[in-house]
Order: sequence, then C-alpha cells, then structure tokens
Amino acid sequence: MGKLFAVVLVIIALASAYPIVTHMYVMPEDISTHGHQIDEQLSDTMAEAGISFLLAQFVLAFFVWTFAERKVGVKLKNFPGGAKVMVAAAFILVGTEVLALGVFGQRAWANVYFTPPRPDALQVQAQAGQFAFYFRYPGVDGRFGAIHPDKIDEGNQNYFGLDPANEIESRDDIVSAELAIPVNREIHMMMHAKDVGHSFYVRELRIQQDFVPGLDLSVHFTATKTGRFEIVCTQLCGLGHYNMKAYLNVMAQDDFEKWLKQKASEL
Amino acid sequence: MEETSAQRAHAHAPPEGFLRKYVFSLDHKVIGKQYYALGLLAVCMGMALSWLMRFHLVWPTTRIPGLELISKAGAPGGIITPEYYLSLLTMHGTLMVFFVLTNAPFAAFGNFFLPIQIGAEDMAFPRFNMMSFWATLVAFLVLILAFVIPDGPPISGWTSYAPLSAVGKDAGPGMGWGMNLWAISIAIFCIGSLLGALNFIATTLDLRAKGMTLMRMPICTWAWFITSCIALLAFAVLLPACILLILDRTAGTSFFIPSGLVVSDRLQPHSGGSPLLWQHLFWFFGHPEVYIAILPSMGIVSHILINSMRKPLLSARVIIYSMMSIGFLSWMVWGHHMFVSGMNPFSSLLFSFPTLTITIPATIMTLIWLGSLYGANIRINAASLFALGFISMFVSGGVSGFFLAQPSIDIVLHATYFVVGHFHMVMGVASIFGVFAGTYFWFGKMTGRMMNETLGQLHFWLTFIGTYCIFMPFHYLGLVGNVRRYSAFVNDYTGPLLPLHKFITIAALGTGAAQLVFIFNLIYSRYKGAPAPENPWSGTTLEWSIPSPPPWNNFGGKHPVIYHDPYQYDVKGSKGDFIMQDSPEPSAG
Repeated sequence: MGKLFAVVLVIIALASAYPIVTHMYVMPEDISTHGHQIDEQLSDTMAEAGISFLLAQFVLAFFVWTFAERKVGVKLKNFPGGAKVMVAAAFILVGTEVLALGVFGQRAWANVYFTPPRPDALQVQAQAGQFAFYFRYPGVDGRFGAIHPDKIDEGNQNYFGLDPANEIESRDDIVSAELAIPVNREIHMMMHAKDVGHSFYVRELRIQQDFVPGLDLSVHFTATKTGRFEIVCTQLCGLGHYNMKAYLNVMAQDDFEKWLKQKASEL
Repeated sequence: MEETSAQRAHAHAPPEGFLRKYVFSLDHKVIGKQYYALGLLAVCMGMALSWLMRFHLVWPTTRIPGLELISKAGAPGGIITPEYYLSLLTMHGTLMVFFVLTNAPFAAFGNFFLPIQIGAEDMAFPRFNMMSFWATLVAFLVLILAFVIPDGPPISGWTSYAPLSAVGKDAGPGMGWGMNLWAISIAIFCIGSLLGALNFIATTLDLRAKGMTLMRMPICTWAWFITSCIALLAFAVLLPACILLILDRTAGTSFFIPSGLVVSDRLQPHSGGSPLLWQHLFWFFGHPEVYIAILPSMGIVSHILINSMRKPLLSARVIIYSMMSIGFLSWMVWGHHMFVSGMNPFSSLLFSFPTLTITIPATIMTLIWLGSLYGANIRINAASLFALGFISMFVSGGVSGFFLAQPSIDIVLHATYFVVGHFHMVMGVASIFGVFAGTYFWFGKMTGRMMNETLGQLHFWLTFIGTYCIFMPFHYLGLVGNVRRYSAFVNDYTGPLLPLHKFITIAALGTGAAQLVFIFNLIYSRYKGAPAPENPWSGTTLEWSIPSPPPWNNFGGKHPVIYHDPYQYDVKGSKGDFIMQDSPEPSAG
C-alpha cells in the first residue's frame, strides 16, 4: 500500500505540473508598461515554487516507497546529519529564495506605487457603485467639479452628484460608462467609491486596486496597445457583484480626441 | 505517591444522572466529543452548501429539486439567485472556518486528549469548559437561524467587509437581520473560544503530572498549547470588532462607515468611520486564525507519524520551536490580505517580508517530517495515510503562498481562484486531513471500538485524489484571472474555462459523496466495530496507558509519574520496540 501511495503521489504531482509547464492557463497578453515586471516575477516564482513542489512530492513518494511496510525487526536508521542538516537547508535554500523574491519582487511594486504620475498624465476619475463603473474627464478647464453625495440622481444621469447650476467646474465634466484612454499616454486615475467597497481589475493592464469608501485613492498606468478590455469588480459588493463590469477602450490619440469632442458636444 | 496541590484541588466526584453525564457534562472527554459532533454537523452543512454553489456555477439553469422548500426567495423554482449564491458562500465560509476548522482539530481533539496526555484528571476549569462548548453551540444555532428568517443569510462573505456589512438592509438582501445574526453569532463564538483557550493554557501550565516537564509533552499537546495562546489573542480582537460592527448596524455609530455614502439611493446617516479599520481588525484575527486551524493538525500528524514510523522525529524540539515561530510570525503578516486595499503601499512591503519568512519554519517542519521518514519502517493504515497525505497537501498549499506573499504578484492574483485554491488546500484540506488522521488513530480510545480499516483506506484514496482534482485546478483558473465570488461567469474570457469548472464540480460532488464512506464508518464502528484494546498502536504516550474508553477520571484516581520523553520508539522495552512515558524501566539511550 505504501508503494501505491508513492505511485499515486507521483502521478498527481506530474499531472498538477503539466498544465503549468505547457502554459495551458496563462494571463492574457500584457498591454501595460509596468506589467512585464509582474509577469517576470510571476514566472520566476512559478519556477522556484514548481521545483520545490515537485522535489518535495517526489522525495515524499520515494521515502514512502522505500521505507513503508518493511520486514519486522529491520534495523532503523536516521537521516545522515539529522535535524541540523534540515534546519540549515531550510535557512539557506528558502532564506535565499525569500530574500531574492522579497528584494527583486519589490521593483514591480515600486514601479506601480512609489513613482508618482507624470505631471502631464491624463486625469480621469473613476466611480464605483452598486453595480456599475462611471468615468469622468475634467473637460477643457482641466478641473473636476466637486462631488455632492446628496445630489446623486441616477434617474437624471447625475451619477457623480455634480452641481453644474452652482459650480462652473462641473459644467464641462464629461461622464462616460466606458473608460476611453489614448494609447501610450500615462493615465492618472482617481478612484471614488459611491457606496461600498469595490475594485478595479483589468487583467491585460496588470492593475488591481480597491475602491474604498471615504479614501481618495489613485493609480497610474500607461496602455501600450489599442483595443477593448474588460474592467471587472473584484471586491464583493453585493448581489450584482458578478455582473459589475465596464470596458477599457484604448484608442489612438486622434481617435481619443475625437471621442472627447463627441462626448463634449453631447453635454 | 505525592500529589501536587493543583491536582488535589481538581479532584472531583463522578458525574451522576443523564444530563450531567451526556448533556451538561463537565467531563473534558464528553465535551471533546460534543465539539467533534458539532464540527461534523457543521462540515456536512458546509459541504452541502459548496455542492449547491459548484452545481449552480456550471449548470445555472438546471433545477435543484426541493431547494425552493429551503428558501423560496433564494431559489425560486429550485434555481439559485445571484444573491442566494452569495448567502451560500458566506455561510459556507463561516461554518467551515469557525465551526469546523477551529472546532475539530483544536477544541474537539484538544479537549479529549490534552488533559490525558499531560496526566491530568480534567481541565483546569471544567465549568468554563462546559460553557465554551455551549457558547459555541448557541453561536452555531444563531448563525443557522439566518437560513430560516425572511431576510435570509448575509451576502458579504465570511470576511464581512465594511461598509457592505455595516450599513444595514440598504446593502442588499440578507444584510438586515441576516447580517445581525452573523455578527452576534461570531461574537458569541469568540466568547466560547476565549474561555476554551484560557482553559487549555491553564490546564497545560498547572495540571501536568509529576515528571511531565514541558519538553516531555507530546507534540500535539504542544500544538494545542501554542494554538490556545494564539486563539486567546486573536479572538480577543475579533470580539470587540464584532461588537463595533453590531453597534454600527444597530446603534447609529460610525466605526467603519465614512460620510457621504449613497447606498440604494439613500444617503447614509454616518460619518467619520473607516472601512480599512474593519479590515485591519478582521485580518489581525483572520491570519492567526489560519494557524489556529493548521497547527493542531501539524501536531496530530507529527504524533501519528512518529508512532507509524516506529522511531522519533529527527528533532521534536525543532518542530516545537518551528510551531512557536509560526505562531509568533502570524501576528505580523495580516496586511498581506490587504495589498490592494488602499493601505499605504509601503506597509505592503513590510507585511510581505514576514510573510515570506514564515516559509522558513514551515519548510523546516516539512524537511523534518520528510527526513524522519528516511530509514523508518512506516506502518501503512488509514491514520498514517492521512498523515502522509497531510504532508503532501501542506506542501502543495504552501508553495502557492509564495506567490501571494509578494505584493507585485498579488496585484494580478488577488481575489482570483488562485487564492481560493491556496487557502482551501493549506488551511482547509491539510487541516481536515489532520482531523481524519486523528479520527482513525484515536477513535478506539474515544469510543472503545476500532474503526474499520478497509473502509478507512478506501476513504483515504477517494479523498486524496478527489481533493487534488478539486483544488489544484483552482490555481489554473486564478492564473487566467478568473475572479472569485461570482455567481455566474459573464466575463468575456470565462467561456473556455467552463470545462475546467465542470471538472471541478464533478470532482467536488464525487469527493463529497466519498465522505459518506467516512460517516458510515463512524456510525458503524461506533456500534459494531471490534473492541479497542488499551494500546492498539503500541503507542508511548499517556492516552495509551489507560482503558479504551477512559474512565470518567481518566487514570482511575491514580496520578501517573512520567519518566521519559514522549517518543521512546526503536528501543528495547518490555512490551516491544517502545517504552511508555510512565514506565519506570530505563531507556536504552
């Protein structure tokens, strides 16, 4: 029965590794300037974790194969070097791995979070509410009108609670249900939660960031390819959570300007 | 024989009457079995809920007959609504984490065996012990009451993030009284767990038999002791967090709710609170909770492995120190659940480092287990198979932690099925494997009858292969970016993933059905199993020095004296290749 355990375990380990080794399940192609660092970090970690996984399972299988159900009275032995070897191995192997991953892994993180957005980045505001995203562009004055929660009126399409009657900054604000952005230009996206926690996740952009009510958060990113990509909510926000999505529309600079003009003319 | 004063103070009369013996019992062994039974009931419910979820995910339009009788609003015509899916998900997580993973490996086995393994007649505070169980039972009843009230169970997940959980019924179905019941239930559960943890600590420190030094305690006793220290601190934080949540919901306070929120078209009358405060408090409890679930199983598995290998581990001390390090580090890592939460990104780096560091004691333990197998003569039975399966699962669930510990990778894997695969394998399946191993190993001692070995091994094979089939593919889904907690796959890219989801669902239904073998074995063996001898596995620790099942006062009024380290195997003793802890014969070494 020990030998059966060993065989089953080896089959399980190989079968588990197969879809990984053959890249059957992978993220879609990265369209951001920072994403390749995350992808490299992910594949380095996959290599290290994968080798650790296979080694440990194979050693377990081998030892159970060899040392299970032996003859009664067989002389038992201990692993040469005993616990000291194990502790040293763990410290040296895993310690180095931890340090390497810990140190090098921070570069990608730093790129996303510790570098401020460029001053000429395109300003966009995203608002998440049960169960839709809305996006706002500041218009020709370059300034966003203030949000007044008491003025939010979805029936009249005042999703952000703007007060154009009294505030001049709000009058030219462009509101859209899709996030249209120009390609190869940095976007500085301010994030506002209307009701409960939500999240902004675009797999192709390698960006995920929560919307937190009461907190002014922002992310910045640059898309390098045009196309339509799904934006999904990843923070459980209520019954319609599964269906809360929008689209990121990355356009050529000219197309984006046309789009903005078109939107402005609808105001 | 000289008695210590603590032991004299704790001598008590035998229980009399049905109620005192079996219901409101003060006997740690009866309370341990009560916890086990509650865990078993909760795991059956939790598993049934996961079946419904898995079924709905892949066959969303297929009617589940009879489901509408359980919830008319949640499953009209037997079809699960999106909100009822979230209710099932919330209740599944809550039942499993609190009432199964905290109760079974820790409270159930710990209660039954910790006093016996240290040579005590009972727990230090038998009345507190009874109160812990009854508080836990009340918490369970309050929680499942949410299924029958018109509002239905809450939909905010077992993590109950504010403000979704805090603003009341505006947040959606189940967020009125359903959510209140959840918060009240967990607060009561905390009280029960705090009493239990105090009791375990006091018992371990005060009631050890003569000669039972701390380092002579079996590894599983150490695991329960370390776990109770963690539980004492963790539940002491979750309890006030739940009280603040209840106040936000019912008394108009604003601990977790900021101003200006418009939920269901209503401007909420709150201001000044912080949603991140809830996340910090919850995960300050929540991460140590993972170790509350896994440490007892590590202890149980070590205990069983040593017995099955017929030789001690390379170093029991290193295992104990590793468990302590894990317990200690578990307090510094809660922020790794919050990398993308909007918390200061610098703190993500600070939380990442200790998280990666936990890998070191975890690897040391794995290497000690693996290295100890070398040169052994491993007995294969249901108990040892589950113990070996535990090592395999612990490794599989552990390596995926490497990914999630790194903030940069967490950006893409956070809230995907990768996370679901990770924690189910390491804190769910691995921990439950420890419970299965413990059950096959100790059932004879607990009930006086042995479990059926053939059925036990059949159960192992089905469960071992089945759980890998369920939880390994979760990682693949996560690598594609499949988001968790969705009741339907409406995303553009989920179409090609559906076959994999179907595979998981079929594996889950099959593996779940295989657990019927275990339940049948439990019931059948309880009444028809072969009578259990005093020491069926040729064990060395004190539980094997007393009859199966033990008398009400464990050692029949005698107080054992301890002469040896707990694991004197591979030596020449008068009974075979081992020497009991309380045997005065000298050990060869």
